[in-house]
Amino acid sequence: MLTIDAAILDAIVAHARRDHPDEACGLVAGPVGSDTPSRHIAMANAARSMTFYEFDSTEYLRVWRDLDDRDEEPVVIYHSHTATEAYPSRTDISYAGWPQAHYLLVSTREPATTEVRSYRIVDGVVTEESVKVVNATADPPSRQRTVPASIQE
Amino acid sequence: MSIEVRVPTILRSYTGGLKVVTGTGDSIADLLTNLDTQYPGLRARLITEEGGLHKFVNVYINDEDVRFLGALDAKLNDGDTVTVLPAVAGG
Repeated sequence: MLTIDAAILDAIVAHARRDHPDEACGLVAGPVGSDTPSRHIAMANAARSMTFYEFDSTEYLRVWRDLDDRDEEPVVIYHSHTATEAYPSRTDISYAGWPQAHYLLVSTREPATTEVRSYRIVDGVVTEESVKVVNATADPPSRQRTVPASIQE
Repeated sequence: MSIEVRVPTILRSYTGGLKVVTGTGDSIADLLTNLDTQYPGLRARLITEEGGLHKFVNVYINDEDVRFLGALDAKLNDGDTVTVLPAVAGG
């Protein structure tokens, strides 16, 4: 299960909406081994594409060094699908290289609702997991839903 | 010629869990050959069967992505740090 703060999830969804119809990507860092995503880092999509995303390699190295200095790791790696459901594509699976990370997918294909789902991707095997949103204030009931979490805009 | 190599979590099964290893070589290709003698299997995770750098990894010399430095032919100098990160990409 992914446990994530409502404010961080809102920031991820806002990033995905802002970059729509291009795919957005980024990560949420947290202390190594904590499984707690605490610091949202929106990354540039170097591919600037509606069907592909890629961390800019220079920005990625800089961010990774900063994480390493802080004893953090990517707890969540997210990207958006702008025309399809929030499920990992074959390309997503082939690239998934952080086995301890939660791969969060955000679908912005529907203007009014945003689908958010989370997965573990280890050795090419995808396992969906529930998403627990914490510290939410004045939530619409839908935000508490898990698998899939659907957020009313 | 001593090169410090930072290894990502996903490849530490090849390095006995080590996060930082040391190798030698005048180029990335030489370094990976040297590392493979110490840590068998590591090279195959970084280089394709066709002999090119795998698209699933980013390899840096100090602050530069080796794709901008000649890829496997990129030259190394004593004291350089090589960082390997899993590429983060998809569709």
